[in-house]
Amino acid sequence: MIELLQEYWRAFLYTDGQNVTGLAMTMWLLSASIAIGFIVSIPLSIARVSRNPLVRWPVQFYTYLFRGTPLYIQLLICYTGIYSIAAVREQPILDAFFRDAMNCTILAFALNTCAYTTEIFAGAIRSMNHGEVEAAKAYGLTGWRLYAYVIMPSALRRSLPYYSNEVILMLHSTTVAFTATVPDILKVARDANSATFLTFQSFGIAALIYLTVTFILVGLFRLAERRWLAFLGPTH
Amino acid sequence: MFETLLQNLGLSAFSLKGFGPLLLEGTWMTVKLSVMSLLLAVVLGLLGASAKLSKAAVLRVPAQIYTTLIRGIPDLVLMLLIFYSLQTWLTTLTEAMEWDYIEIDPFSAGVITLGFIYGAYFTETFRGAILAVPRGQVEAATAYGLSRSQRFRMVVFPQMMRFALPGIGNNWQVVLKATALVSIIGLADLVKAAQDAGKSTYQLFYFLVLAALIYLVITSVSNFALRWAERRYAAGSREAQR
Repeated sequence: MIELLQEYWRAFLYTDGQNVTGLAMTMWLLSASIAIGFIVSIPLSIARVSRNPLVRWPVQFYTYLFRGTPLYIQLLICYTGIYSIAAVREQPILDAFFRDAMNCTILAFALNTCAYTTEIFAGAIRSMNHGEVEAAKAYGLTGWRLYAYVIMPSALRRSLPYYSNEVILMLHSTTVAFTATVPDILKVARDANSATFLTFQSFGIAALIYLTVTFILVGLFRLAERRWLAFLGPTH
Repeated sequence: MFETLLQNLGLSAFSLKGFGPLLLEGTWMTVKLSVMSLLLAVVLGLLGASAKLSKAAVLRVPAQIYTTLIRGIPDLVLMLLIFYSLQTWLTTLTEAMEWDYIEIDPFSAGVITLGFIYGAYFTETFRGAILAVPRGQVEAATAYGLSRSQRFRMVVFPQMMRFALPGIGNNWQVVLKATALVSIIGLADLVKAAQDAGKSTYQLFYFLVLAALIYLVITSVSNFALRWAERRYAAGSREAQR
């Protein structure tokens, strides 16, 4: 156990000597996919609640597809499936993009988390108090101003508890990245396992790291909720 | 017949190339695995929820540790950890007890692993649902002289299901999608079948998309069934008109 730690602690945390590995890689995967998913899901969630079916339906179809299929299949399609099409390999730009495992992994993760986040934000927009929107309209706010100043600030705050769940699920989902040869925490654990045959210890260390990150994220989101959701608490 | 039909329609690019039975077998494996894991998870969830709501700390504390630990660790990490260690633990146990050697097949190991992991999620679902049943119901049942098991079976359980169903539905979808990971630990499920078919025909994209569509069909059908069940268990309750 101690030898295992001595040999692999660096790889588990940040590097195996050449590449970024372990915890640093997992955090990079998580933050990249969460950031892309967050930015894209804001316009998509507004489109999702649109009264125009031609705007609403494509977004609804997208979230239906990506929430109804496993992330692992989505990753396999992005990583091995698309690259197996000859037309993709002939296009220099597409070829360069899909040859890199990192690009495929972040693309699949971002698309997946964006679908879930869109539904979370759309739900929060829908449950917006009608009086608030009517008051904003009475003050003359229309179009994008209504969304930017009134609806989105409130909707994003109210979706914080659900959003924190999604971020933690995404942290847990990043573990499939090793199937696309991305050296995240689990990949290091598997390498340690096949080199030392200390199965329980190798995966146990990985489990402890994930558990710690989960607890830290839960704590951070609790602080964020205390700050941004204070208006929902009991009045004094 | 299916193949000739496709050929006549000029759609031979979409032929399954004789991999239909393999895909079907994989789908069956996925469904079987999900259902069995779900059943085990529901049983563990009911036990866990009762333990968590119990007055005895001996039951409450282990259940608390179980749900916190399992839900804090990614399912794939737990799957690899349990799946690879399960046989070792069992061998140690049988040797210590001087029983015969027991070998667990990959399918049972998969069911036990998935059931154990999602039992923690079901514990939380059921705990919330049991707490949502009005206290007066249990008190009235006690006043009628029902025993503990009768009280649970005839009064708490049917009402609890109404609150638990949305959660059960969510968890079912999560379990179904989590079974896609078992191909990593070597079970011949739908993902494995699609990968094998794709690799030997050089049409990986087509077969993977096909597998995704099969998952989509299963999730859609189960969504539909769930709505029906929700209506059924909502008998006697109504929502306010808006």
